[in-house]
Amino acid sequence: MTLAEGVQLVTFGLLVAMTLGGALGVVLLDNIVYSAFLLGGVFTSMSGLYILLNAGFVAAAQVLVYVGAVSVLILFGIMLVNKEQAFVPMKRAWLGKAATGGVCVGLFALLAASTLNTPWAVSGQVPTGDMATAAIGIHFFTDYLLPFELASVLLLIALIGAIVLARREFIPDVAPGDPASEALQLPERPRELVSSVSASDPES
Amino acid sequence: MQLEYFLLTAAALFCIGIYGLVTSRNVIRVLMSIELMLNAVNLNLMAFSNYLDPVGINGQVFAVFVISIAAAEAAVGLAIVLSIYRNRDTVDMEQFNLLKW
Repeated sequence: MTLAEGVQLVTFGLLVAMTLGGALGVVLLDNIVYSAFLLGGVFTSMSGLYILLNAGFVAAAQVLVYVGAVSVLILFGIMLVNKEQAFVPMKRAWLGKAATGGVCVGLFALLAASTLNTPWAVSGQVPTGDMATAAIGIHFFTDYLLPFELASVLLLIALIGAIVLARREFIPDVAPGDPASEALQLPERPRELVSSVSASDPES
Repeated sequence: MQLEYFLLTAAALFCIGIYGLVTSRNVIRVLMSIELMLNAVNLNLMAFSNYLDPVGINGQVFAVFVISIAAAEAAVGLAIVLSIYRNRDTVDMEQFNLLKW
């Protein structure tokens, strides 16, 4: 990165403010649609941080995969399960929140202390910069070939699994007795809503 | 610019993700918190790659792997959420007790 030191510092400060503010908004806001859009902002500013770290390829992958796919997927998920639901307040919920907040602050303190006390062996070499894309490709096809292929198989498994899990189950009203059409169908069975048992229950 | 700044940022992001993961009631917000934590891990990997291994850039390779795994995780997670939502007609984490006896 050929920017001046001050410019880098100001950019870093802005990106960190956007990232952490957006993350707090994701966690704390009541409206989940706002949370999803803030999550997209968090991902975008993370890709800015990657560019500051001389990693243009990963920044582009971050924008493509996270902002383009995961955020949109989460927005679709929100709209598919769009249910105006007032959660029943739990007893002593503040206790759990306070305990979790304490644990998180403690964990942050621990991580910060270990970060600041470790003598990092910072390398003085010039970063690869824009040649990183070629270097990543070489890594993928030489010493990381097996994980690369495994990742592709895993993506295929996840694709098929997501389709099978999210497919709407219905009773096929095909005339029985036709073995050719039944052979092409996965077995499906009607399923009753579990919550229909407690439909009179106001909290469900 | 120093390595510690990025590591502290990643630590803060990770802790925010843990807080959201534990305290959220809405199941989709839990998925979002998991994404935040994965991003924090990615930031750590990239910072180490840039400052400790600037020529080999093994960290960037790992970050690309984490990104692809995170995409698969989001797809399968949302599919599971949709499936549970059809079954239970709710998105409240406190009512997902299918695995309790």
